[in-house]
Amino acid sequence: MQTNFTLAQLADPHVAESEQILRRCVHCGFCTATCPTYVTLGNELDSPRGRIYLIKDMLENGRPADEEVVTHIDRCLSCLACVTTCPSGVDYMHLVDHARIHIENTYRRPLIDRLIRNLLAAVLPYPARFRAALALAKLGRPFAPLLKRVQVLKPLGAMLDLAPKSVAGVSGSAPPGTHAPEIEKRGRVAILSGCAQPVLDPGINEATLRLLARFGIEVVVPEGEGCCGALVHHMGREEQALDFARRNVDVWMREIDNGGLDAIIITASGCGTTIKDYGHMLRLDPAYAEKAAKVSSLARDITEYLSSLDLPRLEPKRLNVAYHSACSMQHGQKITMAPKNLLKAAGFTVRDPGEGHLCCGSAGTYNILQPEISEQLKARKVKNIEATKADVIATGNIGCITQIASGTAIPILHTVELLDWAYGGPKPEKVPAR
Amino acid sequence: MADTISFLKPRESVLSRRAAIIADLTELLPPECLVHEARELVPFETDAFVSYRRLPLAVALPKTTAQVAAVMKYCNRYGIPVVPRGAGTSLSGGAIPQEDAVVLGLSKMSRILEVDYANRTATVQAGVTNLNISEAVGIDGFFYAPDPSSQLACTIGGNIGMNSGGAHCLKYGVTTNNLLGVKMVLVDGTVIELGGKHLDAAGYDLLGLVCGSEGQLGIVTEAVVRLIAKPEGARPVLFGFDTSEHAGACVADIIGSGIIPVAIEFMDKPAIEICEAFAHAGYPLDVEALLIVEVEGSEAEMDAMLKAIVEIAGRHGVKTVRESQSATEAALIWKGRKSAFGATGRIADYICMDGTVPLGKLSYVLNKTSEIIDRFGLRVANVFHAGDGNMHPLILFNANDPEDAARAEEAGNEILKLCVDAGGCLTGEHGVGIEKRDLMRHQYSEADLNQQMAVRYAFDEDWILNPSKVFPLDGRPAA
Repeated sequence: MQTNFTLAQLADPHVAESEQILRRCVHCGFCTATCPTYVTLGNELDSPRGRIYLIKDMLENGRPADEEVVTHIDRCLSCLACVTTCPSGVDYMHLVDHARIHIENTYRRPLIDRLIRNLLAAVLPYPARFRAALALAKLGRPFAPLLKRVQVLKPLGAMLDLAPKSVAGVSGSAPPGTHAPEIEKRGRVAILSGCAQPVLDPGINEATLRLLARFGIEVVVPEGEGCCGALVHHMGREEQALDFARRNVDVWMREIDNGGLDAIIITASGCGTTIKDYGHMLRLDPAYAEKAAKVSSLARDITEYLSSLDLPRLEPKRLNVAYHSACSMQHGQKITMAPKNLLKAAGFTVRDPGEGHLCCGSAGTYNILQPEISEQLKARKVKNIEATKADVIATGNIGCITQIASGTAIPILHTVELLDWAYGGPKPEKVPAR
Repeated sequence: MADTISFLKPRESVLSRRAAIIADLTELLPPECLVHEARELVPFETDAFVSYRRLPLAVALPKTTAQVAAVMKYCNRYGIPVVPRGAGTSLSGGAIPQEDAVVLGLSKMSRILEVDYANRTATVQAGVTNLNISEAVGIDGFFYAPDPSSQLACTIGGNIGMNSGGAHCLKYGVTTNNLLGVKMVLVDGTVIELGGKHLDAAGYDLLGLVCGSEGQLGIVTEAVVRLIAKPEGARPVLFGFDTSEHAGACVADIIGSGIIPVAIEFMDKPAIEICEAFAHAGYPLDVEALLIVEVEGSEAEMDAMLKAIVEIAGRHGVKTVRESQSATEAALIWKGRKSAFGATGRIADYICMDGTVPLGKLSYVLNKTSEIIDRFGLRVANVFHAGDGNMHPLILFNANDPEDAARAEEAGNEILKLCVDAGGCLTGEHGVGIEKRDLMRHQYSEADLNQQMAVRYAFDEDWILNPSKVFPLDGRPAA
C-alpha cells in the first residue's frame, strides 16, 4: 500500500526498513483470520492489519507512541501466525519489533507497568536470580488471588500462578565443558543453555545431551553464554537485547574458531527464532554484522538437527502424543513437520490438535503482562488438545510447557525428552505408567 | 491517495454534533464495543480497496442483534450515515466509511449458533468467517459451498452484502443460491426475519433482494445457510497451454459440451509465477496460461469426466496435463490460487477488476485487456473463475506514484466497459461498492437504475445506509 515518508525520515535505516515492509501490505485482511487476539477480541485494532495501520500512522507522522497505540501493540503476542498467513510476504516480525523499540524510546508507561517490566527484565534472563525469585514466589503464592483482583496488579498474580510448585536443583548439564559422544564422533555442536529453561526444567537439555551423545555428536556447553535476548527484545529494550546477542555471538564464534561447530542447538523455539534473527538484529553493527550472520546460519532447533541424523525407525509404542507446535516453531522458524516426523519414526502416535495455528497465550512474558487474553487462549488451546484424547503432549518450547501445564492434567514434555526415551534414555517421569 | 471517485459531502448536521453522538453511542454500547479515539479510527478508514480512504466518525462493534438495532435506531433518528463492515476485505470499497458515518462492524458477532444436519443448514452470526462454517461441519462430511478467495477472512455478512462467489460456484452457485434465511435490522431498528430453513418462503422473495444489496437495505446479523455433503473425492487437475486464447477457447468448449466441473480457474503466466512463488504448488512455469479444473465424485465419475475434459483440451493444443497426486498437493494448488491477490503484493500494488463476460468472449476480452494495459504502459496478471466467465485482471501499479495509480484506475474502467460491451457485466462477485459506482450507467439504462433506487428508497428513505456506494451520486431521487 501507499506510504508517506519524507526523505529525511527514510534516512533512518529502521524507518527505511519499515517503509519497505509496509509497501508490501496490500491490506487484504487475510491476517486477521489467524490472529489469536482478533479471533478472541473481534476488533481490527487488535489484528495484524490494524496494528500495521497504527504503526504506519505513527511512523509516518513521526509521532511518539501514545496510550492507544501501545495498548494494541502490547496485545500482540508476536506469535507471527500472520506471517505464515500473509500471501504478500509482509515482514510483520521486524515491523512490530521496530514499533516496540519506538514505544520503549518515546512512551512513558504507568508506574506499575514500568516496575513489572523492569522486574521481568532484571530477573528472567538470569538463572541465579530467576531461581531465587521462584523460591520467593512460593512464599507469595497465597497472595495471588488477592493481587488478581486489582487490575494493575494482575500481572503479579499471574506471575505467582505460573511459578512452578517446586524448583529443580542445579542441573548437571549446566556447567560449561565438552560432552563426548558415546560412539565414534560424527559431529560437533554447541548447545544453548539459555536462561529460564534450565531453571524450570533442566531435564530438557539433559535429555538432549544424552540423545546426541548416543548418536555420536560431541556437544559443547560453552563458557559465558546466556539469555538469547528474546525476552527484552520483545519488550523493545533493544540495547539490552543486542548486548545479550553480542555476548552469545562472541562465545559461539570462539567455539567456531576452536574446533568448529556444525550447528548451534537450541531446545527452546522461542530462543531459536531470536538467534536465527541475530544476523538481522546486528546488521547495522559493523563489528558484529558478519559474525552474527554466521551464528544465525548455524542455529538449529534440536528437531531440525536430529532430522539430519537419520535416526532409525522404531517399533510402534502405543502412546498417543498430541503435538503442540509452538508459534516460534511453526511461524517463527517455519518448522512444521520435523518434530512430528521424528516422533512418528520413534514409534509414537502423533495427533494434531485443532486450531493448531493459534497461540497458547504464553508468548514470552505475555502471560504475565496480558493475563486476561492469555487465559482465554490457554483455555482454548487446552480444549483443543484435550479433544485429541492424547496420553501426553509434546512441544518444543519451555514457555508453552509452563503455560499449558497450568491448564491441563495431561502431562506435557519437550519433544526431545520423548525421543531420548525412545532411543534408549530413561523414561521421563511425566509419562504415565500403563 | 486516489480521488477520481468522490464521496457524498459529509452531513454538516452530523459533523457538528460529533461529541454528542459519541456520548450517546457510549450509552448504547459497552466500552469495548465502541472506537472513537482519533488514532484508533485510522485503521478503519479503508478495506481491501486501499487506494481510497475516508475516516469514519466512530466505529461500533456490537455483540448482539439488540445492540445493532439500538445503534441503527439511533443513527436513523439523527440522520447519521451507517457503513456496515464485516472483515473489511471488500475489493470494491464496499466497507470504506466517510467522515459523517458510523461504521457498524460485525466482527464480534462470530459464533455459529446452530448446525442442523437433518435440514442441511447452519445458522450463524453475520461476523462468522466463510471458512469457519466449512471447518465447523467438515468433520461431519459437510461444507458451505461458496468460497470466495478471501474465505479465510471474509464474513458471511459481507458475502451476503456482495452476493459473493468463488471458485466452486460454477457447480454450486453463488451466495444467493446457498442462503436460506436472514435476521436483519432495518434502518429504523426494527428486526425482521426473512426466509428460514425451507427452500422457498411465502410472499415476496425479499431474501433475494437483500442478498447483494451491499448493506443498503439493512444490517444482516444472522444467516441460515445451506450445507452440502462433501463429495466422495475431489481432484484438481492442471492444464497448461501455450496461449491464453487456447485456454479460453477450451473453457468455452468444456462448458459448451455440457460438462460442469466444480471449478475451472484460469491463470496467465504472470499470475502463475506470483502464485507459485508463494504456495510452491508445482504450477507449470513453462506455459502461457493455466487452467485448474477440479472434478469431484467417485473415482469412476472423476475419471470419466476427466477423460472427456482431457479430450477437449487436446483439441485446443493443451501442453501439459497434471493431476494432483495427494491431498496435500491438492490443498497447495488451491492455496496458491486463493492467495493470488494477496501474493501479488509481493511484486506490486494492484487493483482487481471483476467483470463477467459470456464464455464465448473470454479470449476476445483477454486480448483486448492486454491491448488496453499495453496502451497505458501498465502490467497485468489474470487469475479468475473462467468457468463462469468472471474475470479478475489484476492491474499492477505503484501506489507511491500518483500518476501510475491514476493510469491503473483509468485502464480498469476501460476494461470494465469492455466487459459490459462484450455482453457481460461490471461485477461478478465483488459488488459495485464505490469502485464501479460511476460505471453503473454504462451497464444500466436510467429506467433500470431508477427502479433499483426505488427499492433502496423504500427501505431507507433518508439514504443513510452505506450512502456513497452502488448508485452514481448524481441523479439520485431527492429524499
